[in-house]
Amino acid sequence: FLSSPSPNAHTAHQAAILIQNWYRFTMARLEMRRRYSLSIFQSIEYADEQDQLQVFSTLLFFFPFVPVSHIFTSPSVSQVVDEGLYLTEFEKKIDVPDSYYGPRLSFPLTVEDANALLHAFRNEQLLHARYVLQLLCETRRVLKEMPNITHLSTSYSKEITVCGDLHGNLDDLLLIFYKNGLPSEQNRYVFNGDFVDRGKNSMEILIILFAFLLIYPNDLHLNRGNHEDYIMNLRYGFTKEVSKKYKDHGQQILCLLRDVFSWLPLATIIDSKDRIRGLKSLMRPPKSVRDRQDQLKERIPTTRPSKHIANQNVAGKTQHISLLGSAEHSGSSLPPDPALKEWKQILDILWSDPRSQNGCTPNKCRGGGCYFGPDVTAKLFERYNLKMLIRSHEFKPEGYEISHNGKVITIFSASNYYEEGSNRGAYIKLNPELIPRFVQYQVSKYTRRQNLRERVGTIESSALKCLREKIYAHRSELTSAFAQYDLNGTGRISVNDWAAAMESVLQLELPWRMLHSQLAQTTPDGEVDFMSCFYDLKIGQPIKEVQPALVETLCRYRRDLEIIFNVIDKDHSGLISLEEFGQTWKLFASHLGIDVYDESLDKLVLSIDYNKDGHIDFNEFLEAFHVVHRLEKKANS
Amino acid sequence: NSSCNDIQVSFEGKRTFCKTHSIVTSKIRPFYGAVAEIEKKIIEAFEVFDHECNKTVDVREIGSIVRSLGCFPTEAELHELLAKVEEEEPTGYIHLEKFLPVMTKVLLDRSYRPIPEDVLLHAFEALDEHKCGYITKEELVKYLTKEGEPFTQEEMEDMLSTALDPETNSVRYRDYISMMIVDET
Repeated sequence: FLSSPSPNAHTAHQAAILIQNWYRFTMARLEMRRRYSLSIFQSIEYADEQDQLQVFSTLLFFFPFVPVSHIFTSPSVSQVVDEGLYLTEFEKKIDVPDSYYGPRLSFPLTVEDANALLHAFRNEQLLHARYVLQLLCETRRVLKEMPNITHLSTSYSKEITVCGDLHGNLDDLLLIFYKNGLPSEQNRYVFNGDFVDRGKNSMEILIILFAFLLIYPNDLHLNRGNHEDYIMNLRYGFTKEVSKKYKDHGQQILCLLRDVFSWLPLATIIDSKDRIRGLKSLMRPPKSVRDRQDQLKERIPTTRPSKHIANQNVAGKTQHISLLGSAEHSGSSLPPDPALKEWKQILDILWSDPRSQNGCTPNKCRGGGCYFGPDVTAKLFERYNLKMLIRSHEFKPEGYEISHNGKVITIFSASNYYEEGSNRGAYIKLNPELIPRFVQYQVSKYTRRQNLRERVGTIESSALKCLREKIYAHRSELTSAFAQYDLNGTGRISVNDWAAAMESVLQLELPWRMLHSQLAQTTPDGEVDFMSCFYDLKIGQPIKEVQPALVETLCRYRRDLEIIFNVIDKDHSGLISLEEFGQTWKLFASHLGIDVYDESLDKLVLSIDYNKDGHIDFNEFLEAFHVVHRLEKKANS
Repeated sequence: NSSCNDIQVSFEGKRTFCKTHSIVTSKIRPFYGAVAEIEKKIIEAFEVFDHECNKTVDVREIGSIVRSLGCFPTEAELHELLAKVEEEEPTGYIHLEKFLPVMTKVLLDRSYRPIPEDVLLHAFEALDEHKCGYITKEELVKYLTKEGEPFTQEEMEDMLSTALDPETNSVRYRDYISMMIVDET
């Protein structure tokens, strides 16, 4: 090669500017792709949550003769036996074989038990069902005696650690304990709920946290999140996890868990003897005024209509098994129920989000709770002499976010929540002056850390996969929406029209124009071949003799139906009668305004009663209706 | 002004006539519908960064927004643009109201044109003294962190994480360019 003199200053400058400019352009593109991927995940999740609340109101609409309290209280936990006898009852009834090498707990629990549990879970062992049940019983006993709002003082301990959502990510919890030490009298923790759902180790996280709660009841505080709710668990994976891990005793465990969740406190007040610092958030005008020099932490303290102050004992504390019944439903003939009012308050408490605009408006994204502005926070703090609120519940890419001029902190401790690389997790260290310090982290399953480009690629393809599934589940509606723009029947429409159709059918506020090339094929002149967005997808199993539109509907509402069937299936057998199925489906379909011809329904029902015994295994049935990605299938086979 | 009746811009649900009147009168624009389409594109990109859905974005995100709309402003040009869209008293937030007309003009004028692949290649080649198809890590770091609009350490490290061949400790720039271009398609 010819060798030329090194570039003169001018050339070097020009070349450098070009390269830097181009590089910054690619980084900006990457950032945009990362943002819209997270946007996709979040808007689908929120839309899902909205559906959730909608489903529940639908349910109430259909079962007007079932008293509301029945659905929301624990029907079949055997209250008969004196709680003290539970431990021995389980010991008698459930045998732990010699072949079991997992931890064997003995009550009262000690630090050795906790360590044994941590060790076992690191090695992916399961805790035997007997110990789970015993642990849950003990936890319930302890929680029952705690007030709705617990207290923690910084006057003598070093620092208090506050953690947010974990959502079944055991690796995050283990990482926190590794970095920050195990809970103890000198190392106090507050966990802001949302321990379960989505991740695959929700059970293990609960076991660890409950174990530490029993060992250090004054130094480890657990608050309830909106996912500590059995209806949410039906939809978001915890129920499935338990059923899979504990085939024989799963239902018993789930029943007990329902109860345990309902006894979880809602908030923790942290105070220092020198300075008052408060963490509290309040959505609606408080029903009872409490005159306390306190700091409240965490989601939202309950403002209960009763005159009992929060640290009174069991008598003043009511159970709320599920919050989802408090959703608005018009036309219902339910009697004005004071319990319902309280549920609404707690719904507000566990579902609301801070926003920068003043005022208190309904939370449209989630369909429950509200958005509260800095003025609400300020009023609240003034009324209760508080200084800061630490809450969770909202995904934050950096693991935390500060809003309302430093008064409200959101802490989110589940890293890689949507996908490997999607976000960091964080926890807060509060010193005795209650000044917060943030620690961020991110768990990685790759031994070599992916660079930014690879990470964005991963979350983008994951997000688009989710989106494609949603698109496929709305195939018929989308096809007719597209057709309305395609007056000449060419099969192609403009990007603008395609975007408008997508937005109106899917009701997701996403940058459709930016996404169109990822979701559909474009012609050389820049138009969209709209049917191409369905090419690579299909429904799991071909269901013979059933209308395609019906199949699609079942696909779209699969999760909702799963929940409804689970609620109808009172004895948790996994089976419902043909009649119940038919009735429910009819009601559900008519409520949604779906046209279902009786014949096709009969055919459907017949086709799924595989055993011809008059009962349907609804889980098996619903499994058939998940969306499959053709290309992926090829790759796996 | 009746000549602008055709331009109807839907902004926040309100119909505002002649939002882009100043642009229309200064240059001839044959396709008025195209302006509306451009504005939709801009709003879409803006909203990705508008976390609270209140038509504002953090000022530090403007660069990402402008670039993701296909423009290649230098840092200096970006600062100029920012000066046009910031509030009198900079709040750290940029409002869509101010950003939209400015960005629309940018796109209509096709300012900040893209850097074609061959120009980029020439730029790398210019830094490749011996014309051997690669630049050593040290040389690249020297140029990009000292010349032009210097990279931050983070930017440099990130580029190297993708571009650097650890065995030779150099950047084969042709391969690097091809790889990055693929991402864009």
